[in-house]
Amino acid sequence: MANQQQPLTVTELTRRIKQTLEGGYPSVLVEGEISNVRRHTSGHLYFTLKDEGAQLSGVMWRSRVSGLRFEPEDGMKVIVAGRISVYEPRGAYQIDAQSMRPLGVGDLQIAFEKLKQKLAAEGLFDEARKKPLPPFPRRIGIITSPTGAVIQDIRNVISRRFPSLEAVLCPVPVQGPGAAKAIATAIDDCNRIGGIDVLIVARGGGSLEDLWAFNEEIVARALSRSLVPVVSAVGHETDFTIADFVADLRAPTPSAAAELVVPDRRELLENVTNSWYRLHDAVLEILNRQRDRIHNLLTSYAFNRPLDLLRQHSQRVDELHRSLLRTVEHGISLTSARYAALGQHLQALDPRRALQRGFAIVRKAGEVVSSRALLKSRDAVEIEFRDGSVRSTIT
Amino acid sequence: MAAKKSPEIKPDATFEDALRRLEEIVGLLEGGNVPLEQAMSLYEEGIAVSRLCARKLAKAELVLKKLAKDAEGNLAITDNEE
Repeated sequence: MANQQQPLTVTELTRRIKQTLEGGYPSVLVEGEISNVRRHTSGHLYFTLKDEGAQLSGVMWRSRVSGLRFEPEDGMKVIVAGRISVYEPRGAYQIDAQSMRPLGVGDLQIAFEKLKQKLAAEGLFDEARKKPLPPFPRRIGIITSPTGAVIQDIRNVISRRFPSLEAVLCPVPVQGPGAAKAIATAIDDCNRIGGIDVLIVARGGGSLEDLWAFNEEIVARALSRSLVPVVSAVGHETDFTIADFVADLRAPTPSAAAELVVPDRRELLENVTNSWYRLHDAVLEILNRQRDRIHNLLTSYAFNRPLDLLRQHSQRVDELHRSLLRTVEHGISLTSARYAALGQHLQALDPRRALQRGFAIVRKAGEVVSSRALLKSRDAVEIEFRDGSVRSTIT
Repeated sequence: MAAKKSPEIKPDATFEDALRRLEEIVGLLEGGNVPLEQAMSLYEEGIAVSRLCARKLAKAELVLKKLAKDAEGNLAITDNEE
């Protein structure tokens, strides 16, 4: 009978149970509905797993909680991987969870939706939060894997479009444990170092699991606190990650992200050339306008006032000239009339006029003889008549 | 060539600043409300700035660097060894 046995102490028995249980279930996978979820201030997560027939206490230590891809909530069906442990002070056994994931098809999808809803409710996706990209970045930070096609694609696009800038690669693992933390840290580092104008966070295509780092809250938080504008380019065009929603701009592919971030040199050169032509045209236009203005001024009333005056003066001069001429002409005609009268006068005095009337002139040695006393006998004289002269001798 | 120096745009100006100045000059001239003297000096400046813009765009090689962090967490931008 049992009462013939030596009694065990509670501690002893509990230790035996602990050894049996923990030895028997070092690694189990258990499915159930999670309830009574409590996150202790220490960071540990306490919960109860149950189904219709039983329930099981569970704990997840802080170090593993950070690896959760979703926020466990009461009522969720989950699969917990862990080991059975016994907590001796309370005589309780529990599952020490190593990992936990939502149950069913698309469990990652559920986690994705949960986080998406949570962050959306916080306003992390709000358009108002989106920062504009700088039009001409001088230094671009590229957070991606240092190996692989993505960095090469981005590099090629930048080289082709706008090579006169500096690209700073921030090498990070883009999948697997630690990837999310590395990406988040890189985003913070790029903000901390300063001088980076815009960030590209990129990863090539892959499964939902491959892309998972970009769906983690730690990355979303780093993106939302980044002061440097971020363009996300994760996976293919059809892939959307939480990072895409939080980023300032989502590019369908890494190449597209590079195109969105850097301007096109050819376009800019065209722009410059265009400005150059516009400059010429504008100056020609100004010159033409000035010429027109000068022309208009030249023909304007105001400008022509002095000319008018000049013309008036010139007219006055002309008039004066004309009147002077008139005066002179008048004077001349007066004079000539006087000359005519004088001429007549003179004509009247002409001795030849007397000859016409039958008088004759007697000259002695060419001198007019005006008295008989001047003549003596035998003097030779010349008698001039109207129609000629005769010589004669005084008797 | 560079007899007349613009007070606004220096050769070490960024492409962005140079382009902005060029557009500003074109805008001023197209607005037409500038005196002839100023128009001529703006024109000269515009030609100089457009040359500067073109020169900046002609710079050819993309520089790829790397963000490095030392044990103390100090950040530095270093040449990318490939």
